[in-house]
Amino acid sequence: MELFFNPFDNLVCILLGISFTVWFTLLLVFIIVPAIFGVSFGIRRLYMKTLLKIFEWATLRIERGAKEKNHPLYKPYSNAIIAKEPTSLEEEIKEIRRSGSNRDLDSAPEFEMSDIFYFARRGVESIMDDEVTKRFSAEELESWNLLTRSNNNFHYISLRLTVLWGLGLLIRYGFLLPLRVTLAFTGVGLLVVLTSVVGLLPNGRIKNFLSEKVHLMCYRICVRALTAIITYHDSENKPKNGGICVANHTSPIDVIILASDGCYAMVGQIHGGLIGVIQRSMVKACPHVWFERSEVKDRHLVAKRLSDHIEDKTKLPILIFPEGTCINNTSVMMFKKGSFEIGATVYPVAIKYDPRFGDAFWNSSKFGMVNYLLRMMSSWAIVCSVWYLPPMSREEGEDAVQFANRVKAAIARQGGLVDLLWDGGLKRGKVKDTFKEEQQKLYSKMLVGTQEDRSRS
Amino acid sequence: MGSSNSSVNNIPNAQELMQETGFSAAHILRLHERFEFLDKHKCGQLRLVDRPTNQPQDFGAVQELALNPIGDSIISAFFSPGQETVDFASFVRILAHFRPTDRNQSRDGAQQEPANSSIRKLKFAFQMYDQDRDGKISRAELLQVLRAMLGIQVTEEQLQSIAERAIQEADLDRDDAISFDEFRKSLEKVDIDHKMSIRFLR
Repeated sequence: MELFFNPFDNLVCILLGISFTVWFTLLLVFIIVPAIFGVSFGIRRLYMKTLLKIFEWATLRIERGAKEKNHPLYKPYSNAIIAKEPTSLEEEIKEIRRSGSNRDLDSAPEFEMSDIFYFARRGVESIMDDEVTKRFSAEELESWNLLTRSNNNFHYISLRLTVLWGLGLLIRYGFLLPLRVTLAFTGVGLLVVLTSVVGLLPNGRIKNFLSEKVHLMCYRICVRALTAIITYHDSENKPKNGGICVANHTSPIDVIILASDGCYAMVGQIHGGLIGVIQRSMVKACPHVWFERSEVKDRHLVAKRLSDHIEDKTKLPILIFPEGTCINNTSVMMFKKGSFEIGATVYPVAIKYDPRFGDAFWNSSKFGMVNYLLRMMSSWAIVCSVWYLPPMSREEGEDAVQFANRVKAAIARQGGLVDLLWDGGLKRGKVKDTFKEEQQKLYSKMLVGTQEDRSRS
Repeated sequence: MGSSNSSVNNIPNAQELMQETGFSAAHILRLHERFEFLDKHKCGQLRLVDRPTNQPQDFGAVQELALNPIGDSIISAFFSPGQETVDFASFVRILAHFRPTDRNQSRDGAQQEPANSSIRKLKFAFQMYDQDRDGKISRAELLQVLRAMLGIQVTEEQLQSIAERAIQEADLDRDDAISFDEFRKSLEKVDIDHKMSIRFLR
């Protein structure tokens, strides 16, 4: 028995050894070396084009199949169930009253019992569909991208489609996922090791130069680990030292995407575990701004450290995501004003993901971080566009909130996202009373006029 | 949104609800999703308040409702008096009040009043004022609603004078309260169908 196994064993070992070597050589040549030098063979773009053609075919097939079987297709693109009138409180109430009485409306409007119609209707509309919660579920797609996680119409349509889906599953989990996980470990491992090595050097130009190269290289490997196909626009507006880079936030991957094209100083809380290790070694090579958990609450301390960092022109630009939480990439929510109070030049950046290839939004209440990363690495690819917008500074007579809103509007416009005034933090907390007061102010202005009118009469 | 195969057949009593309320299958589906979203504890019912904090429970997830001055009144409209939970069927029935009235509706005597008729819409609006559901809007109730709508922006005297005027205009039998009939009479000329209807897509 043993004699029978030995030569077989040897053969298996040799085969395994050869395939590992081949695997790693390919990896090195096609992925790691280009990452170091920042060149690209264009393989990923070709891959993207092929995938798109397949998706189109799959969608047509589903639609045809649904028609044949008379299944009502669940149309995902209209996220709304109701059409909301974009009229203001004043206009609506005036209209209600106009239809109700023959009185001359130019005289000071008084309270009418019918005013309640407006509030009742708006309340029920918001129960059926509201702006804030819509932004926190994944965007629904029009075409199917062969991932069951983004399809509500997946019945058994045809053999060919199912085979294609099965093939896709095999490729994604059997080939792409292990490849990507290997790359991810390589990238992170190299980052930790090399930044620690660079950290041993004395501070100076050589250290900065090397640290830049090391950071860029490792982030590029991570980009390839996610098969992220990124298009950068307007690179002449890239953030410079002493500035703050501000971007909309969809997922933790945003950091990797931005940092693989330029060097930034990260801002954040020190975590334990693997992320903590990465953070501590990164800060050895070049100054990032990491806070202890206790320091995060102290707004003045945070602001002081940030402005100290900015004043030192040899330090890299700071990267901040002012929304404070991940949004599903269809809109931009309220920016927290902290970063806009410091007074540095702000470099806005808009990031827009293409949802056809894989949904990059991190729904932190639904998935944990590891689960999310696995999902990312088993989708087809992550395709996104990054726009560097021209720098902005706070103008005379503008306060931090207005400045933040101005930057937010510019980012929303460039990325084709909806500009909302809602606070993303609302998804977890209660509405501030100031919002309710705004409504009350508007209504009371109609009835009794403002303070000035009253004191005048 | 998940890869579950959602169809109207998974919803209990869907056909009856469609008949009763006039919603289409697609609407019922969407409303069911909305119901499930609001039902955070997945128990098939929406709850009124969270004991012991007395904060609005499941409806509290709707941020825009929290800043609506009569938000609390709207929430209580969903719960029958004494009930603290509401199931999907009742949820849909209340929302049905806001469907636009069907133009060519011919009613025979035996048929029940449709959910989205003008009278039902008026009753909903009346309920916003009449919190204790005794059929009359008392002066105190009116003052309460006015205070909610105007907040701290008006003084106590202004509030009293507004309420006084409103009662004088509408209260025909001089009992210092507004009954449903008086309410209806005072709003005779208002286009209720248009103002208390929500435009549904598809």
